[in-house]
Amino acid sequence: MSDLFLQILLLSDSTLRLATPLVLAALAGLFSERSGVVNIALEGKMLGGAFAAAAAAQMTGSALAGLFAAIGFAVFLALVHGFASITNRGDQVVSGMALNIMVAGLGPTLADAWFGQAGRIPVEAEGARFRPITLPFAEEIREVPVIGPIYAELVSGHNILVYLAFLAVPLVAWVLYRSRFGLRLRAVGESPEAVDTAGISVAGMRYRALVVAGVLTGIAGAYLAIAQNASFLRDMTAGKGYLALAALIFGKWRPVPALLACLLFAFADAVQARLQGVEVPLVGTIPTEAIQAIPYLLTILLLAGFVGRAVAPKAIGQPYVKER
Amino acid sequence: MAARRRLPFWAEYLLLPLLNLSLAFLVSGLVVLLLGENPIEAVRLLVYGAFGFGEAVGYTLFYATNFIFTGLAVAVAFHAGLFNIGGEGQAALGGLGVALAALWFGHLHPLLAIPIAMLGAALFGGIWGFIPGWLQARRGSHTVITTIMLNFVAASIMTYLLVNVIIKPGQSAPETVTFAENVWLPQLHQLLQPLGFAIGRSPLNLAFPIALLCALLVWIYVWKLRLGYELRVVGRSEAAALYAGISPAAHIMLVMTISGALAGLMALNEVLGAQHRLVLGFTGGYGFVGIAVALMGRNHPIGVVLAALLFGALYQGGAELAFDMPRINRDMIVVIQGLVILFAGALEHMFRPTLEALFVRTRPVPV
Repeated sequence: MSDLFLQILLLSDSTLRLATPLVLAALAGLFSERSGVVNIALEGKMLGGAFAAAAAAQMTGSALAGLFAAIGFAVFLALVHGFASITNRGDQVVSGMALNIMVAGLGPTLADAWFGQAGRIPVEAEGARFRPITLPFAEEIREVPVIGPIYAELVSGHNILVYLAFLAVPLVAWVLYRSRFGLRLRAVGESPEAVDTAGISVAGMRYRALVVAGVLTGIAGAYLAIAQNASFLRDMTAGKGYLALAALIFGKWRPVPALLACLLFAFADAVQARLQGVEVPLVGTIPTEAIQAIPYLLTILLLAGFVGRAVAPKAIGQPYVKER
Repeated sequence: MAARRRLPFWAEYLLLPLLNLSLAFLVSGLVVLLLGENPIEAVRLLVYGAFGFGEAVGYTLFYATNFIFTGLAVAVAFHAGLFNIGGEGQAALGGLGVALAALWFGHLHPLLAIPIAMLGAALFGGIWGFIPGWLQARRGSHTVITTIMLNFVAASIMTYLLVNVIIKPGQSAPETVTFAENVWLPQLHQLLQPLGFAIGRSPLNLAFPIALLCALLVWIYVWKLRLGYELRVVGRSEAAALYAGISPAAHIMLVMTISGALAGLMALNEVLGAQHRLVLGFTGGYGFVGIAVALMGRNHPIGVVLAALLFGALYQGGAELAFDMPRINRDMIVVIQGLVILFAGALEHMFRPTLEALFVRTRPVPV
């Protein structure tokens, strides 16, 4: 097998791993933003999920318990977000920011008090992590040229949450475009008055969207803490929530383009990690910071209409007030 | 929302914020309980840590200075209906401006070097505010998203420059050399000593009065100048502004530049007043907390200064608290900040209907 081929495989492999939390969070943002609720709290909900996952998994020794704790806590945060921005018609961005800041403090505070390791939660217990799954026949067909290594290296050998994230994309696309819930969801973000006139509760729809977003961000958080890594760390999301938001905008609030944007951003990240200090022919060393800034710059350019045009759901950001 | 002012002035600007704040502190108290410490004792330690002795007051005011700058930055943009979440990046770029000015002109006389450094902070921060302003005004890109993205771009620029370009040679920590002493902002305990005031040693410096001056200037700009009147018209209704011959685009670009410059000036306090060199990550989240400060202060300069004092006290008192109570660490302050934003900002309307009902009970108003 040629060296280049292996390099490409490994690069694609780490792209998938890095893309997983972005995909989950971007889909979460999609539900929430399509329903008309700006979700800059993806970062906080994911971080909260990571904290809950690590704490529960370490205490119970069960990865599944960690996953459910993460989902539970992220949904709780989503309900707080909804209570502030839907029920009380507070500013969606402000409440999102509040959650981000609160969780950023709460995680290390509780972790410090409960585990006493300077804001870190180690996940050491046996069975507390999601392990890589070797798909059937992965070893048997490894020797088959081209297809074998692709199947064995790239497709097989991820943990269950990776597969879940990528399977979620077609599922979400189906829900969004083919189901009654999806139709109502899109309508409530574009024209809540019309949905209200049809006798459907705008608040109810938005709450449901936020709960779904909570579930997805919870899974993303669990992935970070008990699948990709083996601990909760202070600020371990490191801007992934905002990056997912950028990918969502880049994908123009649609599932499949958002997935592609996540893959693109994750690929940039994977390349960046590999290029650290490497001399590239003709160019010299590329500063990794330049590659890290690319997703954000691309999103700004897109929002500015220099490369295509991203148009947000029409009713996004506005609390709905029933007319009397 | 402005049409339905059914609350007296004092209830709107005093009672309601206090109620919200109490709730935020109540929940914070529950978190302290959860940590296994006594909340009452925590409050006592916090207040003593923030105001109990000379140095503490100095530190409280020092932190408050950061919050005045970033709070004003958010508040001034709010008057045009814009949400500037980019204070963090603008402050970082302001730090770059200060550092470059200090490295190039630091050897000049202080009366020349310091104003140049101030200009550097305002210029670099201003440019980082102008970009989202221009994008909003000319291309319709929402400032919330563009400022978030620009925070990350700023972080990348700062990391690159501090690791590769302006790092002090022969070390690995990403920071510049210490600036020439000419460009240091005098610390207040040194300034006041010859006048017979002995205040405790703290990094409190000339940036504090500069911050207060900025608050005054913001007040004049927003409420006393024609420019500010037009700004508020733009904030209320762009259509009305256009109809009155006011250019929303021009005002949006101007106010975002001013907002960025104010955030950039935060670097005066940290970089020029305390650390005397540019350290990676010196902004430490102050830009984000500016949002809380502006919300608490109802986007009015006086309110911003008061809220900044509150947050300064939380910061300083929290540090002392973390020192005294082993089960509480500094992150607890971040939790309180988040709760304050949640209750005072996002949930500001929660008590309003109840209060309004209380006030108009004698004269029922159809809802």
